[in-house]
Parts: sequence; structure tokens; C-alpha cells
Amino acid sequence: MNWYAVRAIYRYEMARTARTLTQSVISPVLSTVLYFVVFGAAIGQRIDQVEGIDYGSFIVPGLIMLSLLTQAVSNASFGIFFPKFVGTIYELLSAPVSHWEIVLGYVGAAATKALVIGVIILATAGLFVELRIAHPFAMIAFLLLTCITFALLGFVIGIVAGNFEQLQLVPLLIITPMVFLGGSFYSISMLPPFWQTVTLFNPVVYLISGFRWSFYEVADVNVAVSFGMILLFLALCITAIWWIFRTGYKIRS
Amino acid sequence: MPDIVVVDDLSKTYPNGHSALAGVSLAIREGEILALLGPNGAGKSTLISTICGIVTATSGTVTVGGHDTRTAFRAARSLIGLVPQELTIEPFETVRATVEFSRGLFGKPPAPAVVERVLRDLSLWDRRDSQIRTLSGGMKRRVMIAKALAHEPRILFLDEPTAGVDVELRRDMWAVVRRLADTGVTIILTTHYIEEAEAIAERVGVIAKGRILLVEDKDQLMQKLGQKELRVELQTAVPALPAEIAREGLSLSEDGGTVIYVYDRRGERTGITRLLSDLAAAGLTLRDISTRQSSLEDIFVDLVKENT
Ligand SMILES: Nc1ncnc2c1ncn2[C@@H]1O[C@H](COP(=O)(O)OP(=O)(O)O)[C@@H](O)[C@H]1O
Ligand SMILES: [Mg+2]
Repeated sequence: MNWYAVRAIYRYEMARTARTLTQSVISPVLSTVLYFVVFGAAIGQRIDQVEGIDYGSFIVPGLIMLSLLTQAVSNASFGIFFPKFVGTIYELLSAPVSHWEIVLGYVGAAATKALVIGVIILATAGLFVELRIAHPFAMIAFLLLTCITFALLGFVIGIVAGNFEQLQLVPLLIITPMVFLGGSFYSISMLPPFWQTVTLFNPVVYLISGFRWSFYEVADVNVAVSFGMILLFLALCITAIWWIFRTGYKIRS
Repeated sequence: MPDIVVVDDLSKTYPNGHSALAGVSLAIREGEILALLGPNGAGKSTLISTICGIVTATSGTVTVGGHDTRTAFRAARSLIGLVPQELTIEPFETVRATVEFSRGLFGKPPAPAVVERVLRDLSLWDRRDSQIRTLSGGMKRRVMIAKALAHEPRILFLDEPTAGVDVELRRDMWAVVRRLADTGVTIILTTHYIEEAEAIAERVGVIAKGRILLVEDKDQLMQKLGQKELRVELQTAVPALPAEIAREGLSLSEDGGTVIYVYDRRGERTGITRLLSDLAAAGLTLRDISTRQSSLEDIFVDLVKENT
């Protein structure tokens, strides 16, 4: 195992975050605070409790997930896309590193960033509403698994993407709608029955439901199902990466 | 000297069906400076990229330091430093950070002293904390060399290191290459500049259309293949060559003062004796005689013409 290489990639990626601090940390935090002010404080005042929880508190897990997912995906996808784009990937390809060491470096860094942002948002939310975390270990597990899984997804996107547009389109057109429609701001049970069924095809529903359960013990789907789904998704992403590396798809000619 | 890189019957056909390497075999000796000389599109970059692991071979094998580059890629690649043809470098990092990154990537523990020496050797130390995008093109190329040397490789591949580089920097680069060679690093550089091969290589491989046409010691190559030029200065200039001495390879300089005879050293007979006696018989008085070895360039042009 070439740990020096993993560390080099990881540190390089973290240094990139530091260079673009505003963009990578401050802006997701700021936008979350704005969501919070608008949905939680302004509109939330007029909304009754959802499943026995204040609306402001209810949306916190969904808000964290929204940032976590978009950050994990965009960081990991940009991280691997950039060397491909400017050509510096030659160095990765000619170095004595295995594919999984490359993944560990990039995905590890992207997941770390997402995690940090998630924690910052959680702390920020604590300033606005009362938070209660019923199952802290489950919460941490969900947080970590989500960061890793979606960083892996981002890595896949970064490799497959042929240009910057494609790189930004996926988070914009797929991730954000999935999170919004995944019960960030409402309970699935508030939807008409037909849409409740449709929603169950949205993987993010399981994430948010499980994550929210770890706070308030209310869930749209059983928490075991949530865990199962995220593990399944994790396995899918790993398989995709395994296939990409095995075939050299879009990396080695 | 043992061979440090052995390429055996290597072929590469790109997905678009283009065959860039067609059965290349090549043994690179430890510690030598080998120039791969060939026109654009000959397959030089493909050959280097395949050895270094960037391009996957269609068939054939490569061993580096005895390690197969596919099955023992870690051991093989740790020995290699690569400076690719394109100037591709992370613009926002600092010089030192990117060199440290390269060292780590190649599995070496941090060593500030080594990084400092590499940067000093390449006259980059003063710019160590500059962002790379603020450097000139020549400096960026030095940074790429520094990156390739950061893990103290035993073999350095330089793919067209001086293409588009000004004369001064080219001299500097050659000096760097020689210094490295003195420390025992094996150096392989590709070029389509003959002077470059001529100036620094010990052996020269000529490659065209995905095939190695020959690999020779540079001096032997020039001796063996070189045409020579015999220049005979006349005591008094003549308006034209007398008809009775005309033969292939013979011409008269513009001012009429020198008879020039190009001959092939490889030939059974060079025809020099005959020519000299004919000149004397024609009544021409000789003042001086000199010969000139043809350059690699002449050799190269001939070779490529013969084989394409
Ligand atoms: N990725 C690629 N896909 C298809 N053809 C390529 C690719 N890279 C190089 N070639 C072709 O292979 C041949 C050899 O290219 P290259 O190795 O770059 O030559 P050189 O470095 O000697 O100029 C050229 O005809 C080039 O067009
Ligand atoms: Mg080339």
C-alpha cells in the first residue's frame, strides 16, 4: 500500500479547498442559513408541527443532507476531472499507485470536506432551533456513509464527464431535485398516496428518512431499510468504479 | 552494462485503429543517455507513455529494472521519472508543493533536503513559493523536470524536452541532463531535433512509423552510415569542371575554387585515388584537401527516406 501517495493526493485536495475557502465552505454554509431563515423561520412559523416536531427542527436533517450530497459529489467529481482536463493526470497514471489508492485519496478528501460542511451546518442550525439527537451513533454512521457514497458517485461522474457542463449538470439536474423531492422539507406522509409511491424510487428519501430518525425517531421508512439502501448504493458506486478501472474507461488509452 | 529497460515486441493500436507502435524491441542500458529520434507521429510519445504506464500496450512486454510493468507495476514505476511532451501542470499550486506532491505520489517519505537540492539544481529555488501560473514557459518546464526528479528516479524519460524552448534554456537543459547522467541516472529523451541527439546522446535510436529502424552508438552510427565530403581547393579557380573528370557526387563550388566530392565511406571503393589522379591529369593544381563527416541529420534523412 502506497500510503505516501494517498496522503499526497488527500493533502493536495484539502489544500485546494483551503485555496478556495469561500467557494468550498462558506457558500454552502451561507446558502443553508438562508434556507433556514426562509423555510424554517419565516414560513415555518405558519406551519404546524410535522409529526410532532417543530418545522424548523424538522428540516435540519434534510438541509444537512442537501449540502452533504451536493458537496460530496461536486468535490469528488471536480477533484478527478480537473487533472483529466488540464492533463496532469499523466502523473497519477505513471505513479506506482493502485486505482484504489487514487480513489482513497480523492474520495477521502471529498468525503472529509462534505463531513466538515455537514458538521458546520449542524452547529449553525443549533443557533436557530433546538436540536435533539436521539441516536448519535446512528447519526454519525449515516453522515459518514452518505459522505463516502456520494463522494464515490462524484468520482464516477468526474471520470465520465467530458466537459465542465456535464460535470455541473449532474449535481444540478439530478442531485438537487432528488434531495428537494426526497422529503427534506416535508414528511412523505404529507403527499398524496400516488406520489408517496413514486417517491420510494428516490434513493435520497431513504437517506433523509434514516438521518432524521437518528435525530427525532420519526421516519418515513423503516430505519433498517434506510441503512440497507445506503449500503446498496455504496456497493453500486464501488462496482461502477471497479468496472471503470478494469476497462480503463475514459482514463487510459 | 546491464539493460535497465527492456522492451520486447511492443505494439500499440489505438482504439481508432491507428497503429502507433508495430513490434518495437529496445534494450536501454543502465546509465546511458539514449536519444529516440524520429519525425512527428513516429510513435515516440506512444512508446514512452507505454513504458511509463499511461498507455496500455496492445501486445508485447516491458520490464524496468527487471520488473514487468504490468504485473509488478509498483516496483517498475518507482524507478521511473517522466517529463511528458505537453506542458501540463497544475497552475494554482506553488512550485515546492507540487514537487513535494510528486515525491509522495511515488511513494517516498517527505525529504525537504532532496526537494531543495532538486529545486536548486534546476534554478527554481528562488521561485519555490511562487504559484506555477506566474512562471514563464521555460520555468514551467523546469518545474515538470523537478517533479519527475522528486522521487530520485533511476531512469528519466524526457519527451521532447526542448521543443519550443529558447536556445539558452536548451543549453541549460542539456547541462542538467549531463549532470544527472553523471550521477548514474539513465536518460531517455525523444526529439526530432538532430542537433539535440548529436549534442548529448551516447546512443541514438531512430524511429519512424512505429518501428525502430536502428539503435547505434552515436559515434559509430555516424561513422558507419555517414557520407563524407572531400573538398579539394584549387590553386586557381576554374569556370567549370572539365568534362573528362565528371562523375557522380562531384561538383564545383560557386566561386569555382573548390571541387567537392561526396562519397560513401561504406562503399567498396571511395574513388578518391582515382579522382585525385584524374584531377592531376586534367592539369588542375591542388592547394589543400579536407574531409567532412556528414551530420546525424543527413543520416537520419537518408534512413527515413529508405524506410518509408
Ligand atoms: N490517443 C490517440 N488516439 C489515436 N491516435 C493517436 C493517439 N495518440 C497518438 N496517436 C497517433 O499515433 C501516432 C504516433 O503518435 P506519437 O506517439 O504522439 O508520435 P510522436 O511522439 O513520435 O510525434 C500518430 O500518428 C498519432 O496521430
Ligand atoms: Mg511526441
